[in-house]
Amino acid sequence: MIVAERKPMDEIIGFIAGCKKILLAGCNECVTVCYAGGRKEVEILASALKMAFMKEGKELEIDQVTLERQCDQEYLEEIRSTIDQYDAVISLACGVGVQFMAEKYLNIPVYPGLNTLFMGVTEERGVWAERCQGCGQCILGQTAGICPISRCAKRLLNGPCGGSSNGKCEINKELDCAWQLIIDRLKELGRLDDYDSLIPIKDWSSERAGGPRKVIREDLK
Amino acid sequence: MRLPYPDTIRIIRLPCTGKVDAVHIMEAFEKGADGVYVAGCLEGECHFIRGNLRAKSRVEYVKKLLDEIGVGGERLEMYNIAASDGPRFAEVAREMHEKIKALGPSPIREAIRNKKAA
Repeated sequence: MIVAERKPMDEIIGFIAGCKKILLAGCNECVTVCYAGGRKEVEILASALKMAFMKEGKELEIDQVTLERQCDQEYLEEIRSTIDQYDAVISLACGVGVQFMAEKYLNIPVYPGLNTLFMGVTEERGVWAERCQGCGQCILGQTAGICPISRCAKRLLNGPCGGSSNGKCEINKELDCAWQLIIDRLKELGRLDDYDSLIPIKDWSSERAGGPRKVIREDLK
Repeated sequence: MRLPYPDTIRIIRLPCTGKVDAVHIMEAFEKGADGVYVAGCLEGECHFIRGNLRAKSRVEYVKKLLDEIGVGGERLEMYNIAASDGPRFAEVAREMHEKIKALGPSPIREAIRNKKAA
């Protein structure tokens, strides 16, 4: 899922300082699962914003909606008939949803309520960790299902660096060395010989470094 | 026991503090409550195992949010009181009453009052 967290209240309040009526739009997908921008978080933020305005002697009318997904046209269309009545929209979707909303509704300012962080997993309740950087050329088949692109600070492709100590990374004593994990897992799988075969130099043009990416499936168009 | 406790406190009964949601607490403040406290069972004695621990972390979350919007996280507290401990219940009620009295009215209550007067 895409993991995000709420922006500081001051920043959100700053976006809408001059507004009288806004729409708070949550998203029912990733940000609901990571408790950042689902229906409940929309309710909490609406209450907090109302109080922040009341305290200053101002009034803010807030309507709330939580769309199934803000990254798909058909769900964004659901608010077309009502959107003109608002001074601004605060979207609690990830950056993708905020942008798609802004692309759809050009006459109304759309502000992000969240900072979008990474693609990751729920390690335990309340703990999320990065697992994928969308590099466009998955090498998990060679690395025992553990990604050195997202989990090694240096994104190394052929074994650990000198900063790996007792299975931990030098940038953070809490952080597992991805290559230690890969080697341990290869051993468990009886595939340690795979470690000898070099992973060739990676073509980073399919990663973000190659510019914004796009997928076109002619069979689905 | 017929123990007295301040009449400023309105009790909202729930089956377990695990049922307390951040939204409920925020709503209380939005309606003008000067303070809110969540009274759960003793830690380790929750009938639903983790209800009071969940409430504790939610209270911490809302305290930070109240600080962020200038209402003041000190207006919200979590207490653990055994269900059979009436004297402690009354003591906590007095303690919270005194604390909130010292803090004065919530800025939201003031805002509501000013709006009505206008």
